[in-house]
Amino acid sequence: MSDSSYYVPESSKLPIFMAFGLLLFVLGASFTMNNWGEEGSNAHWLLIASFAVIWGVMFFWFGSVINENDSGLYSGQLNQSFVWGMAWFIFSEVMFFFAFFLALGYVRLFAVPWLGGEGEKAITNILWPGFEAAWPLLVTPDNEQFPGAHHSMAIPEISKLHTWLPFWNTLCLITSSGTIALAEAGLRKGNRTAFKLWMVATLTLGYIFVFLQGLEYYEAYSHMGLTLGAGIYGTTFFLLTGFHGFHVCLGAIILTIMTIRGFGGAFSHHDHFGLAAGSWYWHFVDVVWIFLVLVVYIF
Amino acid sequence: MSAVIDSHHDDHHHGPAKGISRWLYTTNHKDIGSMYLWFSLIMLFIGGAMAMVIRAELFEPGSQIVSPEFYNQMVTNHGLIMVFGVIMPAFVGFANWMIPMQIGAPDMALPRLNNLSFWILPVAFGILLSTFFMEGGAPNFGWTFYAPLSTEYAPPTVTFFIFSVHIMGASSIMGSINVITTILNMRAPGMTLMKMPLFVWSWFITAYLLIAVMPVLAGAVTMMLMDIHAGTSFFKAGGGGDPVLFQHIFWFFGHPEVYIMILPAFGIVSHIIETFSRKPIFGYSSMVYAIASIALLSFVVWAHHMFTVGMPIAGELFFMYSTMLIAIPTGVKVFNWLSTMFKGSLTFETPMLFAIAFVALFTIGGLSGIMLAIAPADFQYHDTYFVVAHFHYVLVPGALFSLLAGAYYWIPKWTGKMYDETLGKVHFWMSFLSVNLTFFPMHFVGLAGMPRRIPDYAMQFADWNMMVSVGAFLFGISQLLFLFIVLKCIYNGKEATNEVWEGAKNKGFEWTVDSPAPYHTFSSPPSLESLKTSS
Repeated sequence: MSDSSYYVPESSKLPIFMAFGLLLFVLGASFTMNNWGEEGSNAHWLLIASFAVIWGVMFFWFGSVINENDSGLYSGQLNQSFVWGMAWFIFSEVMFFFAFFLALGYVRLFAVPWLGGEGEKAITNILWPGFEAAWPLLVTPDNEQFPGAHHSMAIPEISKLHTWLPFWNTLCLITSSGTIALAEAGLRKGNRTAFKLWMVATLTLGYIFVFLQGLEYYEAYSHMGLTLGAGIYGTTFFLLTGFHGFHVCLGAIILTIMTIRGFGGAFSHHDHFGLAAGSWYWHFVDVVWIFLVLVVYIF
Repeated sequence: MSAVIDSHHDDHHHGPAKGISRWLYTTNHKDIGSMYLWFSLIMLFIGGAMAMVIRAELFEPGSQIVSPEFYNQMVTNHGLIMVFGVIMPAFVGFANWMIPMQIGAPDMALPRLNNLSFWILPVAFGILLSTFFMEGGAPNFGWTFYAPLSTEYAPPTVTFFIFSVHIMGASSIMGSINVITTILNMRAPGMTLMKMPLFVWSWFITAYLLIAVMPVLAGAVTMMLMDIHAGTSFFKAGGGGDPVLFQHIFWFFGHPEVYIMILPAFGIVSHIIETFSRKPIFGYSSMVYAIASIALLSFVVWAHHMFTVGMPIAGELFFMYSTMLIAIPTGVKVFNWLSTMFKGSLTFETPMLFAIAFVALFTIGGLSGIMLAIAPADFQYHDTYFVVAHFHYVLVPGALFSLLAGAYYWIPKWTGKMYDETLGKVHFWMSFLSVNLTFFPMHFVGLAGMPRRIPDYAMQFADWNMMVSVGAFLFGISQLLFLFIVLKCIYNGKEATNEVWEGAKNKGFEWTVDSPAPYHTFSSPPSLESLKTSS
């Protein structure tokens, strides 16, 4: 631990601007959603402005943290605060996904079977007589309001595995967790060439994942009838993979910035917390994906 | 001889900035703590005014002063404001003020994040309150916002409600990450986990609960948002979803949330009782383990809020027994407080009065909780005023009394001035009598079958309801007295000593620093030796 004292910034204008950005975001998002499709609504400009403010503040916020670190203001103890902060932040993200996994589990274990008449004294089956419980649920109880998909995204037989996008997605993401570990290892050994190379490899795999996920959504909407409105199967499919994909995008943005900084000469073998935090985040989205493949696609 | 001793100015000994920018840009845990406390006090009066509207409407049977639609908005926003805008921010305010001082840290671990955590709260509540002036009126589906009331049948302002809940959640998560990081990383050398003050322990576990369940709440409101705007069917049986799913997710958040609002209270009350009993707390380690067990159990009891929803019998039994199990660690705490007072040399200053009232009245709320935990009996109590009585006993003479007790206990340290002890006692007795007049009769009307959340009721409940309303008005007025006492203390209080209370000797780092506590407390960590008892 360094013996310099704990750095407490005297005051900062960043948080209040961020709060202002979030105010714009809430107003913009709410008005945009409530006025969706209305002529002459300009609420989306508010939303766009909020993104500009939020991303702008983040740019300056991270910038000042980097500057403070470079000028030697941060003690070992303060760096440890960042480690704890990031760890608990990732835990909160885990719990966010937990809510959606909980929803999927409840629907599959209870709600759909009960609608199909299973269970002692279950009465929900009288709502739609003749409804048959199945998973993936392609015929919904109220199939007119929620027309189910023609096909599901479930895993095909083994000989057709190579045509199944999630297979390639899984391969990309798991490999990228390995490549980013190699990048970090390279940096720790002072081998900056290896570091840069593996970072670029990680990013490439990450972007391929995002592209394939986009392709899958396109397939789902245009050929499979699998939409957000396709009943609970489409609902859980899109919300789980969608929030995961959103987090992959965030992780990819973080790692892109880290790579750019790395090419610019940032990070040393002992001082590279920004990269380490990005890498933890990347491992986190990888682990979520493994659970997701298991319960959304395979079982 | 007035030689200038020290003209050297070190960055760490700056005083606060002047004017509004001090509050907007501050990174100081004491400034931010004060802002949290003032914010929650203001919200207490806003949420309290809504309670007054509710009680005025219920003063007599029949439709009295507001429309049923507006009554629903009052009930909903009263609950939301009191939970998310009063109790939670007030405890965060205490955490900000006291945790760095109690563990000997210079400030919170992440000071800028701390400022952000506070300033997005007024954003969230500003937006929530602005829905009153929007088309369709404010949210009207109860603070538990059950689907489909909050989705298919909700006013359009539900979108604003959803995003403001997201912001409240972000505030809580960031605040908790800060608290937990501070506790893990900033303790004075030698302060091992089992030497931490109990308030710090209670917040350590509370912060863990918050980080675990606020994201689940975010998930729940996100599902609502998608059901409303994107055509998904999480809570629509027609698409294969289930409205009951909402209740499961909500209460998976909601029950730990209940303990989030009481665990820090346990910490505050423990400090006050040991100080005014002039004894160390009885059973320190069992207090810690009790808090931890309550927190862990809180994750496996959620469905006791929904016994009547139609669960399999195995579920009813599991949640009944797991809920009753919580009575054991809670009982450990209550008996430890009693044992701390046993043979102590007690004095009854205002903080102690509130703390003792807390122990007695919180226990009443706990016991009615055990009654509600009994699944077959709950079929009778569910959605009656008995439930209202139960949770108001744990939240008002429970959480709120602990906050008042803590405010009286530490305000001399915050302001450097003593509050008016006589007025404090008047405030206590007025609050104590009126809180019981308000909430005790609710048990009777509830057991007799009066349903909650309705603007009108059957004639046989009229007498008790009138008493409840009188009690509520008195309680409301009593809290205005509290505001007066605080202002009088700040502007016209007598100077307080550093130790403030006779019994506070050796009871924590906060009593070793000046009153008022200097703007930056510990630039280098204090030694635990300074707290060793002289005996």
